[in-house]
Amino acid sequence: MTTADPVSRPYRLTHLKALEAEAIHIMREVAAQFERPALMFSGGKDSIVMVRLAEKAFRPAKFPFPLLHIDTGHNFPEALDFRDALVERLGERLIVHKVQDMIDQGLASEDPGPFPSRNRAQIPTLLNAIETYRFDALFGGARRDEEKARAKERIFSFRDEFGQWDPKNQRPELWNLYNGRHRMGENIRVFPISNWTEMDVWQYIMLENIEIPSLYFSHKRPVVRRMGQWVPVGDAPFGPREGEKVEHRTVRFRTVGDMSCTAATESPAATLADIVAEVAAARASERGARMDDKTNEAAMEDRKKEGYF
Amino acid sequence: MSTETAQQHPQPDPNANAGMEFSTEAYLDMDLLRFLTCGSVDDGKSTLIGRLLYDSKSIFEDQLEAATQASLSRGDERMNLALLTDGLRAEREQGITIDVAYRYFATPRRKFIIADCPGHVQYTRNMVTGASTANLALILIDARHGVIVQTRRHAFICSLLRIPHLVVCVNKMDLVGWSKETFDKIRSDFAEFASRFEITDITFIPMSALNGDNVVTRSENMPWYNGASLLHHLETVHIAGDRDMIDPRFPVQWVIRPQSDEHHDYRGYAGQVASGVFQVGDEVMSLPSGMTSRIRSIDIGGVEQQAAFPPQSVSIQLEDDIDISRGDMICRPNNQPKSGQDIDAMVVWMTDQPMVVGKKYQIRHTSNEARCIVKKLHYRMDIQTLHRDETVENLRLNEIGRISIRTTKPLFYDPYRQCRATGAFIIVDEQTNNTVGAAMIIGPTT
Repeated sequence: MTTADPVSRPYRLTHLKALEAEAIHIMREVAAQFERPALMFSGGKDSIVMVRLAEKAFRPAKFPFPLLHIDTGHNFPEALDFRDALVERLGERLIVHKVQDMIDQGLASEDPGPFPSRNRAQIPTLLNAIETYRFDALFGGARRDEEKARAKERIFSFRDEFGQWDPKNQRPELWNLYNGRHRMGENIRVFPISNWTEMDVWQYIMLENIEIPSLYFSHKRPVVRRMGQWVPVGDAPFGPREGEKVEHRTVRFRTVGDMSCTAATESPAATLADIVAEVAAARASERGARMDDKTNEAAMEDRKKEGYF
Repeated sequence: MSTETAQQHPQPDPNANAGMEFSTEAYLDMDLLRFLTCGSVDDGKSTLIGRLLYDSKSIFEDQLEAATQASLSRGDERMNLALLTDGLRAEREQGITIDVAYRYFATPRRKFIIADCPGHVQYTRNMVTGASTANLALILIDARHGVIVQTRRHAFICSLLRIPHLVVCVNKMDLVGWSKETFDKIRSDFAEFASRFEITDITFIPMSALNGDNVVTRSENMPWYNGASLLHHLETVHIAGDRDMIDPRFPVQWVIRPQSDEHHDYRGYAGQVASGVFQVGDEVMSLPSGMTSRIRSIDIGGVEQQAAFPPQSVSIQLEDDIDISRGDMICRPNNQPKSGQDIDAMVVWMTDQPMVVGKKYQIRHTSNEARCIVKKLHYRMDIQTLHRDETVENLRLNEIGRISIRTTKPLFYDPYRQCRATGAFIIVDEQTNNTVGAAMIIGPTT
């Protein structure tokens, strides 16, 4: 394999740098076209990459928007610790909006039934945050390679006053010209890393030497076998269910969502290089570890229409 | 012959992945190639994309499994490849592609972004959308049918959007007995009408996407073909020359002004280089003010570099404190874009409400916003016959025409054929806020 020759190809941009440039452009465009943006921060690797891109777009100034965390109360403790340390280092503003508060106020409820998922409860919580802080644009770290409905979503994705996405009525999006015009009460979700793949995200983390939560690296953890996957268990309500046997396995997480809906994979990958090698050899997609997408063929499309990210 | 909706997914070619071992070093050195696929389901487009994705290991087992499950529940006999790419419920239900879907795959040489566009005439606007960012287009032709009206339409749109490279995939060669005569006939038919367009680089590849001939590996069924397989061509086509490195254009998107003691004097003009190269020390001019200064520094996120080139997003500091804000254009004093308020452009109309001559619209051009009035519709181009109809009074959805506009303030532009980034603008309806037109500047109104 030939490597880059800086003499013969002086003005060449590798694909990762081209994707970075695109994302920076999108972030600045939102800052310029909207009054009250916010960056959705979950503590997952994609949102951590987004923070790095925001640094590239706006440093040495502060970000022209706060970070927003929709706290389901089902987070991995490691992810919360990481979030707080990162915000501290950045010196940026963090807004935490809690699903539990919404449940207490009767504005949201957990899914009924034996599975204590708060996935759906995130939707009214997010919409409530938008209303409370009057956000008109929210950055999200979603990528088009994650899921079929997302493959067709625009980078500037419009939502009506109920936060709903209408897939058949999307604005054409041409060149790098983003039309952010909107009415009062309308808002958009913006996906600056739409064109990145899981591999791109990992390579960028490695290239930029970005710190990520320990959950992504292999570690010993109590898990149970559920629906053919290793599911992490902890204190209630995340304890083992009847008939489930707790085992200690060497696992890691490819994606960090709620404890109640993120499965672990058995893996010895302890370094970023190991993870990259594993992703390269992987035969299952990242969202395959998300039990929430498996409900039906159009699960993601339906949740997005309701206002999910 | 079974139709596309009942085809087996391509079996992986055991040799296809030779040389595809993963290496981080190689991954960090890849170029990015964006291409679009023009064709309809009947041309074998989904099969072709499926094969590229599958043979480059870009489809995961659970995605395959989900598509297989969905195929079975629909009553298809075999795995339906279109289900891998058709993401929206309405698309799966109707078995058609409505919107552009973006797909990703990589080989050790390049990373590819596919804009998978619907082929039918009612989705022209979607194809234009996909074409706007593409370096290369694949035009699929069914070898049994040859060059048809749809082929001409696709080639015209590729030429209108100035996609620098075209690959004509003559597919289903297995169904014409791998005939060289058939391929040659299609090639000369295509070349004949394409000579009327400004397309500089056209490559013709005979293939069978279903069987994999000339997709990833060279076909043994067509020894008369000496060219590269499609994937090899995609990996090696020269794209470095596609960008204009001569004419420096930097639309200012955002001004970085830290309100801190440490960076008290920092004033960075942030934006994405549209074309040309800027170097520290260069004398530059800002438009519309016409003020000049020199580049003091160029940085990305505080990390300084000596030069900036397209499509980098950078922050530029100047030696002098001159007033520059969003929408301004930084260029060289001896190499300026055109400036004007009366502009002719080709426009693709993208909404049900027709374009009305005399109506005012919002436009968005580089980082600039303005209002405009449509002064004149010169003609509508019939994209099936390429006939110019000068009698039309408005442009409807998916129609293409030449217009003259007058803007409320000067735009700093280059003809689209010279620079896509400074020659394109979008038209926005002020009532609905919808993006209603895509325009490519020809030049000043004469």
